[in-house]
Amino acid sequence: MAFAYFPHTPDDIGQMLRRSGVSSIEELYSDVPESLRFKGEYDLPDAMSEDEVRRYFEDLDRRNARLTVFCGAGAYDHYTPAAVKHIISRSEFQTAYTPYQAEISQGTLRYIFEFQSMICELTGMDCANASMYDGPTSAAEAMLMCTASSKKRKKVLISSSLLPNVIDVIRTYTGYHGVQLDTIEISDGVTSISDLQLKLAGNDVAGVLVPGINRYGIIEDLAGFADAAHSAGALLAVYSDPSSLAVLKTPGEWGADIACGDAQSFGVPLSFGGPYVGFLACRMELMRKLPGRIVGATTDLDGKRSFVLTLQAREQHIRREKATSNICSNQSLMALFVTVYMSLMGPDGLKKVNDLSYGGAHYLHDRLLETGKFAEVFDRPFLKEFVLRTSIDIPTLQKALLDNGFFGALRTEEGYVSFCVTERRTKAEIDAMVGVIDAIG
Amino acid sequence: MKYYDKLIFELSEEGRCGYSLPENRWEDNTDSIPSGLRRTLRPNLPQVSEPDAVRHYTNLSDMNFGVDTGFYPLGSCTMKYNPKINEEIAGMAGFQGIHPLQPRSTVQGVMKLYGDLSAALSAITGMAAFTLNPFAGAHGELTGLMIMRRYHICRGDMKRTRVIVPDSAHGTNPASAAVCGLEVVQVKSLPDGTIDVDHLKTLLDDTVAGIMMTNPNTLGLFETRIEEIADLVHACGGLLYYDGANMNPLLGVARPGDMGFDIMHLNLHKTFSTPHGGGGPGAGPVGVTKRLESCLPLPRIDGEEPEGNAGRVSGFMGNFGVLMKAYAYILMLGKQNIRLAGPLATLNANYIKESLKDCYRLPIDRVCKHEFVFDGLAGQSTGVTTLDVAKRLLDYGFHAPTVYFPLLFHQSIMIEPTETESKETLDSFIEAMRKIAVEAATDPDMVRSAPHGTPVRRPDETAAARHPVLKYSLTAKSI
Repeated sequence: MAFAYFPHTPDDIGQMLRRSGVSSIEELYSDVPESLRFKGEYDLPDAMSEDEVRRYFEDLDRRNARLTVFCGAGAYDHYTPAAVKHIISRSEFQTAYTPYQAEISQGTLRYIFEFQSMICELTGMDCANASMYDGPTSAAEAMLMCTASSKKRKKVLISSSLLPNVIDVIRTYTGYHGVQLDTIEISDGVTSISDLQLKLAGNDVAGVLVPGINRYGIIEDLAGFADAAHSAGALLAVYSDPSSLAVLKTPGEWGADIACGDAQSFGVPLSFGGPYVGFLACRMELMRKLPGRIVGATTDLDGKRSFVLTLQAREQHIRREKATSNICSNQSLMALFVTVYMSLMGPDGLKKVNDLSYGGAHYLHDRLLETGKFAEVFDRPFLKEFVLRTSIDIPTLQKALLDNGFFGALRTEEGYVSFCVTERRTKAEIDAMVGVIDAIG
Repeated sequence: MKYYDKLIFELSEEGRCGYSLPENRWEDNTDSIPSGLRRTLRPNLPQVSEPDAVRHYTNLSDMNFGVDTGFYPLGSCTMKYNPKINEEIAGMAGFQGIHPLQPRSTVQGVMKLYGDLSAALSAITGMAAFTLNPFAGAHGELTGLMIMRRYHICRGDMKRTRVIVPDSAHGTNPASAAVCGLEVVQVKSLPDGTIDVDHLKTLLDDTVAGIMMTNPNTLGLFETRIEEIADLVHACGGLLYYDGANMNPLLGVARPGDMGFDIMHLNLHKTFSTPHGGGGPGAGPVGVTKRLESCLPLPRIDGEEPEGNAGRVSGFMGNFGVLMKAYAYILMLGKQNIRLAGPLATLNANYIKESLKDCYRLPIDRVCKHEFVFDGLAGQSTGVTTLDVAKRLLDYGFHAPTVYFPLLFHQSIMIEPTETESKETLDSFIEAMRKIAVEAATDPDMVRSAPHGTPVRRPDETAAARHPVLKYSLTAKSI
């Protein structure tokens, strides 16, 4: 019966049963009613050796197509420096629990503190939490923060130009929580400030969420949004691609009260959508409404600089049924991932990632227009992602790309096609994809 | 562990870099973006070389304790060994490059994994179908409650807005209910921590959406009247939610689906061996019975979008990387070894309990499942508290148990050893606990001032909360 993960020998079991005062393991389950005992055989595969398990996954791997990615829509193919993967695979980080015992968790606590600091630096906010599950859930929690901060208001407004999955998750959370949700119209590819002002006029809105870069890849000009929200007594939250914040105006500079988004763009592998890592940051006045873990600096008995989980009175295990968020664990190891990434990149590396992505995306954009098969939809600034109209039948276009190993031309709800270029895409790859499109009859 | 005091910002010097990127080959760069849309100041991120960064984070890791470092008897957290094959598989390059919006025809391997894993979880739990989208246990709870509400709403039964939660429940239970817009009603526990069925009967009416339970409960005791509870709740039109945090001892023994539960979540980072990562990423799949299948959230494994779906709770389809690790573990165990996991976890817990109950107060003295709770030291005359015992354990090279939870006792010490610990490890833990009991009597000041050998000692939590320093700045440097 020996099995690699179970150290018990028959002799161990015998001795342990004697100490436990029972004659069989069965007896330890004497309180489980006979009628509830599972007596059959589990409908599971037979136990495998490691090599057999590896073969199972190698077989899975072969069933997936290997594609060169020219899509974004909330998941971006940025490069992962080798050192990042090396650090997050250290078992001292990987096999630790939430850092409740500060004395033997200073490693985790310190990187979370660094993560919070870097998120604040990028977003222009005063405080950040230890991370969220992903971008869409961080946005939903941002909306619940707004209503929790308001005495009476139970309504939030979100821009229709947010990514569809962000809108859907917010709709789910607010719907069950009893928060009224309304959307702000899009005008010429961006959030309509006049529609926002109209919908704020009732002075009944707790919070507003708009994207920094929207579902069409357009960089939104958020001038006037904070004033509009604040003068109607509402908070402003901005949903950002944090990688872009190395060059773009920060939520703080736009006057926002809350910043949220997905930090997957910091080199986190696409990995079919997870694990990623959300972030949530806010102005000091909202600190006590921020959900999740927060790490703070302090000193120990000997006066040494130390870090601890702090402000726990906010959290679910204290507030229980009075809680406005139930998050406890987050995506800690992925917070370490992006912290190491940001450390290696620094301000110049991040700028360079954005420059390369921008340059490649604009090159592809222009090459596609040159084919004569695409037309501009919006004449607005974009960073690494853009939409076009196409005269090609979209399924035909998508199939031609897939057949040639490219994943591009994601169809939007409006019937446009969307493309994304990161620093990983070479000129040869772009030219090859455009060549495929050129060849479509 | 040695104390290392740097933050990455303190290693930064202008002009250093830790990246390697291609030269810019394009005509345009972000300087072409209108200046009104660009940030004015360069972000103050660190500028460090790769070797400096790697050494910094390696030094940080040296101040951390993980399952690979030593025994982690943290109650209700199931800190079992995290097999290394799991990591190797999740790290395979092919899986990492898959975009979540790729057409299903290009991700047949991924979809096979979703199908195989959810079928395995169904076999293990007795539930009909699963969503693998929730990112964590608490997220699974919230998703499960959304399914519960959706089910009642779809039947036009709008007045079911109350959910019954035992007073001994994990804090996430009432918090998830509140976030889901449900009113929490507490059902009392009997002195042994099991549900007071007579009190439960008085709470059941047509406003009850359901009840949330763990089984075994937070004291590691099996709810022997579960079938009766299920009948009562179902008879009033409510549903039973199973919090899978305590599923581990039932592997090979019993299935929540057979006990009458309608909805449940599993913590793959507990029962199914994926690493906790210092607080995530985990995964909290939610299983349901046949009649609730249409309420599972989007996107679904079957690709359908039935009208009764609970909505979307995640950007994409959950923590795929974590799901792979859990399935690798299930394949390693197979139908044979999985039967041993629960019983061995239970044996380990009972062995510790019986070996220490003369030195630590055992409020409920009967067989436990995977975990049990002491109520502090047996001899309390010197005033040594549970916190002191926990801190002193760190000096002996063990992680502390869960302390001051459950709230049913004042000095709770909750111990869960899991099945992957050997008798020798348990014996050395027992020996340390016994020594601490002696030290508490003979040298209480030494125990009260523990730990003595850790990188830092009892950081001042009160000061941290009173004067929050939550990010690095010049003032942070001086503290």
